[in-house]
Amino acid sequence: MLGYYLDLAVRSLKRSPGLTVLMILIIGFGVAASMTSYSVFRAVSGDPIPWKSSHLFVPQIELWGPKGHGGDGDNGDPPDAMDYTDAMALMRDHRAKYQSAMYVISPAVVPAQSGMHPINVTGHAVYNEFFPMTDAPFKYGSGWNAADDDQRAAVVVIGEKLNQKLFGGANSVGKTINVDGKDYRVVGVLEKWSPQPRFYDVWNTGGFTTSSDDVFIPFQRAIDVNMANDGNTNCSETPKESGFKGLQLSSCVWIAFMVQLDNAAAVDAYRQYLDGYAREQQHSGRFNWPPNNRLRDLPAYLDAEHVVPTDTKISLLVALGLLMVCLVNTAGLLLAKFLRRSGEIGVRRALGAPRSAIYAQFLIEAGIVGLSGGVLGLLLTGIGIFGVGWVLPKDIANLAHVDVSLLLLTLLVAVVATVLAGIYPTFRASRVQPAWQLKSN
Amino acid sequence: MNLHPILAALRKHKAGVVLIALQIALTLAIVCNAVFIIYSRVEKVNRPTGLNESNLLLVTQQWVNAPSAENAGGVQQLDSLLRQDLDTLSRMPDVESVASINSISLLNSSWTGGIALKPGSDIPNKNNVHTAFYFGDDKMLATLGLRLVAGRNFTAGEIGNKGMRDQSEPTLIIVTQDLAKKLFPHDAAVGKVVYLDGSNTPSTIIGVVARMQTPAVGWGDNFAWYSTLVPTRINAPFSRYIVRTRPGRLDAVARSAGATLYGANPMRVIDEDEGIQRFDDIRAKAYRADLGMAVLMGVVCLILLAVTAAGIVGLTSFWVGQRHRQIGVRRALGARKIDILHYFQLENLMIAGGGAIIGIALAVGLNRLLMSKFEMQSMPVYYVLVGLAAVMLLGQLAVFVPARRASNVPPVVATRSV
Repeated sequence: MLGYYLDLAVRSLKRSPGLTVLMILIIGFGVAASMTSYSVFRAVSGDPIPWKSSHLFVPQIELWGPKGHGGDGDNGDPPDAMDYTDAMALMRDHRAKYQSAMYVISPAVVPAQSGMHPINVTGHAVYNEFFPMTDAPFKYGSGWNAADDDQRAAVVVIGEKLNQKLFGGANSVGKTINVDGKDYRVVGVLEKWSPQPRFYDVWNTGGFTTSSDDVFIPFQRAIDVNMANDGNTNCSETPKESGFKGLQLSSCVWIAFMVQLDNAAAVDAYRQYLDGYAREQQHSGRFNWPPNNRLRDLPAYLDAEHVVPTDTKISLLVALGLLMVCLVNTAGLLLAKFLRRSGEIGVRRALGAPRSAIYAQFLIEAGIVGLSGGVLGLLLTGIGIFGVGWVLPKDIANLAHVDVSLLLLTLLVAVVATVLAGIYPTFRASRVQPAWQLKSN
Repeated sequence: MNLHPILAALRKHKAGVVLIALQIALTLAIVCNAVFIIYSRVEKVNRPTGLNESNLLLVTQQWVNAPSAENAGGVQQLDSLLRQDLDTLSRMPDVESVASINSISLLNSSWTGGIALKPGSDIPNKNNVHTAFYFGDDKMLATLGLRLVAGRNFTAGEIGNKGMRDQSEPTLIIVTQDLAKKLFPHDAAVGKVVYLDGSNTPSTIIGVVARMQTPAVGWGDNFAWYSTLVPTRINAPFSRYIVRTRPGRLDAVARSAGATLYGANPMRVIDEDEGIQRFDDIRAKAYRADLGMAVLMGVVCLILLAVTAAGIVGLTSFWVGQRHRQIGVRRALGARKIDILHYFQLENLMIAGGGAIIGIALAVGLNRLLMSKFEMQSMPVYYVLVGLAAVMLLGQLAVFVPARRASNVPPVVATRSV
């Protein structure tokens, strides 16, 4: 029977090519617009590290008290980053499975070959546990160990791009590079690694960035050699002393912090530890306010930081509205098309076809229109995603891409939507009174 | 024309009528809001920064193995490197003027703080006005092309220098007119004393410039015009310079500035992409997201209007086909072609009108939703009215083709197959 209905549907669609093409175009454009917006939305709302994002947490400590609140958009949260004093206290206490304080550095690397200009690189000063915590993928070597952190060793983990530039992509573990005038031994080389959003440092990237980290250096080493913070700094009062040292003594926040906690008990324990720490600071007189801390897991933190751009959400909403108009439209056109064939339906019903047969026939016809619209939609989605690269900022546009799941979803949305739009017209078609039609013929 | 026959006919096509009306309503709601988004973005992008934006270059560079900005000796060494660069750049052919600066409007790299009438106020506080600081020298105003509306510029002798994390505050500043009005709504600001970043050091306003946008794009819209100019060269391992070139020589200077600086002192890094930027590029980059959004909304509007028009043509054509015989009968009974045309036009006007009324409610509702979820502004009423006129016109244009075909049905149809 299916073959017969397919045959009927194709004949019917051929009979009024104008209307058929119109419906396919409408479905195609509607689906393409919404899938293009969806591909951007999917790209920016994705989980950058899905296998362990629920185990990664960002602690926030109320270290400014009431004077840190009351500004525009204040929601009662403590500052998004940490000052040096509290970050170091949390590192010393070492209560999580893995933890790392980190800040942005931007040193110059002087290539060994003469004649090459020095290279400006960006990176992070981190602790050794940063690498197992973020599952940073190593191409050669590995991260450094806790002893290197303690001894403030001159070691460095470099990114794939810098390794390409300095060593032609060869295994450079054990070689030295000159960072800000001092020699560092390469202990590890990362694979191409640019997680989006940059989950380990939303404080400085706001989520998305086109650049990737070129160097990682032990945190205390960077502090020792005065490698200044090149990221954001936020102060509630002017530091009392000048210089990078003054920044370390101040209550200004500039350090991002992340911990890994593997189960609910560990999360509870860490939460209690943070509150205990804040209470201790309150007793010692450093904080004149009760504890007000946050410990959000990564998805909750990304949400609280509004990492997904507002524009992306609005675009998706508007595109879904467009899809809805296309569906209403298709429903109207299918209604016209099906009811025009009342005579044919009457004959089929009079010859004994049950209502279910009419349903099957017309829903298959709607499905064929949907499938054709979906194929056109695939093409237009491809063009749309290409076009998005032209008009949107690069950090966002680069993330939107076509893959198999998007292709399948496009076809599925097109077919399901068209069949849904076809339900009412089909219902009307199945209600056609055979006697009426036969009489008027 | 009597509306009764139209209403009677519409009652027989309830589903079709509802579908067209619903489509018009949704189209109106989305198009109004999309056009409002486009308009707000374009308005934002077209705001002048207050600078003379043509022939302006920003140079950003970093010294390698630079002296430390943490001690006095290092700061003076850095300052002499900086002044050498200013000298090198100003000697280049086609360069009109060069100044040291820490950032520029729309660059999204800002140094912000508070400015208050009383000493020692906390920074996040209502007594403090949020402002962006521009640190530079006496050539800063002329090079940027800022217009002084009161007071005077800094003199060369008033320019100091300090390390980037030196917390001392300046004794003299220049502010923008908007900031001056915010601080001193009733008096002239020149000669008044203010306090920066909650310090106890008095800073005297010596001049007021007409306008200068802050570097903050997006997050800084609430203090976009509150800039403070400080007569200090900031010394750090990196530095920025603004260069004004002779008209038409911008590209030539942009091409050779890097090589000239490397020639004078090779121990530095000038980034290939962001080391030397034309102001036009800085502007384009800052507003790329806004323009992109405007383009996307424009494309969606076009698709939406085309789809709706196509839908109206399709359904009306079907109705014309269905009523072929009735039209013939009417024509045979004396109706003119124009009557048939008017019949379909009036019918569409009624359906579209009904849909548009629902659409107005939807448009306002969607705007409220966007306001509550996405911090959008309230849409002025005339957007809805213009949108209303637009969808009604669209309906009339779309219905014209099938309606004219209906009017061409010959009366003789009435005599056939009855």
